[in-house]
Amino acid sequence: MARWSYPRPSASEITPRGLWLSRRRLLAGATLGVAAGVGPRAFAEALHTRPGPFQAAEKTTALQDVTHYNNFYEFGLDKTDPSTRSGQFRPRPWTLSVEGLVAHPRVWDIDALIAAMPLEERLYRMRCVEAWSMVIPWDGFPLASLLALAEPLGSARYVAFESVVRPAEMPGQTGGLDSLAWPYVEGLRLDEAMHPLTLLAVGLYGETLPNQNGAPVRLVVPWKYGFKGIKSITRIRLVEKMPPTTWNQMNPAEYGFFANVNPDVDHPRWSQASERVIGAGGFFGGGRKKTLMFNGYGAQVAGLYGTMNLSRFY
Amino acid sequence: MPRLTKAGRTRTLLPWRGETMVLMAVGLLPAALYFWYGAHDRLGPDPVNVFERWLGLWAVRFLLAALLVTPLRVVSGISLLRYRRMLGLLAFWYALMHVSVYVALDQQGNLAVLWRDITHRPFLMLGFAAFVLLVPLALTSNDWSIRKLGRRWGRLHQLVYGVAVLVAVHFLLAFKTYNATSVSYAAALTGMVLWRVIFLVRARIRRAGS
Repeated sequence: MARWSYPRPSASEITPRGLWLSRRRLLAGATLGVAAGVGPRAFAEALHTRPGPFQAAEKTTALQDVTHYNNFYEFGLDKTDPSTRSGQFRPRPWTLSVEGLVAHPRVWDIDALIAAMPLEERLYRMRCVEAWSMVIPWDGFPLASLLALAEPLGSARYVAFESVVRPAEMPGQTGGLDSLAWPYVEGLRLDEAMHPLTLLAVGLYGETLPNQNGAPVRLVVPWKYGFKGIKSITRIRLVEKMPPTTWNQMNPAEYGFFANVNPDVDHPRWSQASERVIGAGGFFGGGRKKTLMFNGYGAQVAGLYGTMNLSRFY
Repeated sequence: MPRLTKAGRTRTLLPWRGETMVLMAVGLLPAALYFWYGAHDRLGPDPVNVFERWLGLWAVRFLLAALLVTPLRVVSGISLLRYRRMLGLLAFWYALMHVSVYVALDQQGNLAVLWRDITHRPFLMLGFAAFVLLVPLALTSNDWSIRKLGRRWGRLHQLVYGVAVLVAVHFLLAFKTYNATSVSYAAALTGMVLWRVIFLVRARIRRAGS
């Protein structure tokens, strides 16, 4: 029995497991051929995931699209760069440090962490700040479970996240004009971080997270724009002051700390009122739909913000 | 009439009279190819966005090519003047397709969004202004207009330098970060305008000195 229910696309819309498994094997085979001799690679392994409740009705984005069309600036600027340029990246061995204002700081080995946490499948809508969207079956555990083990101190107000810096494995980190400041950093208010919807994902479509989607562990905050979902996390620090976040530092007028999905607050360069649905099929697939406040998770999260002015704190 | 190069030879790429028509058709191939891909769901998961950006990029390429004709002739003596009208018109056709895809396929004719775009968002205001300025240039890109407008034709077509600057900024803003592609195209467009400014200033100084 699930403790927490949230809107989910209907089960019938999901690609049958056999079908995507066979595709997956094909893909893994193809990558293996290309990357043979490169060294240890994370192969897709089936995760022991238990499914949750089903409520909403949206079509799940195909695995091929989820894994071949995304932003991960550490690998490059184009949406195809993460899938084509992440072959050198090694997500094992990996440690995730939980530190700062906590009673029990700890450096976790990623596999020990995955073994310690019961994994769930969460079917979440993903709304990119660039006005496109997907529906993704993530596998992971609530960030709150990990933070509970660390026991945040009373003085902790925010959670700061830090991603990995490995220019030798991540071609987008080798400088140049298109470079962000590395490491990529993100942050949440403690209550946002403790919210049951906030997920640390270690897999998608029932298998180990591919390099291009943020292996081995990434954040998923479904009511916020996708860039809040920091990938390949190495450090989680509980802090007192609002931590700096990468896109906010890059362009504070366009990207706020909160970055809640909000159809009424436009990006200065484009409207956020609607979104292109990824994988709707060709020019005439009718792939545009209205964007919902908090990406449709308002019933669960609107309470976090009370009377806060969401156009000012975008 | 074909123009002469410094060497006194007429440079043409193809030996037929309908040469520019054929080249124009070739210039439209990138659009045709991507339209075919998109209609058959072969432009990836976000086809409208890919097509829209592709058309914009080619509009920039042809605009840049048209602006390169004069500097190329001055610097190297190679005259491609007979192709300049075609290059300018291709830039216009691509800009028209770029805007049409934005309005019809991307925003699906949502007038409220489009109105807000051109009244509130500098990125889209600049792009739209560039397109609007291209319209009179395209309409007067024919022998009859050149005869009819006389000296005013040249002055009217200096608008293209304004278009180049607007497009350069619009192109820079089309990316979330400054990157090699956006910066080099924007620099090239700006360079074409600066080259003319320097050329004019130097000519004026020379005239004042003589």
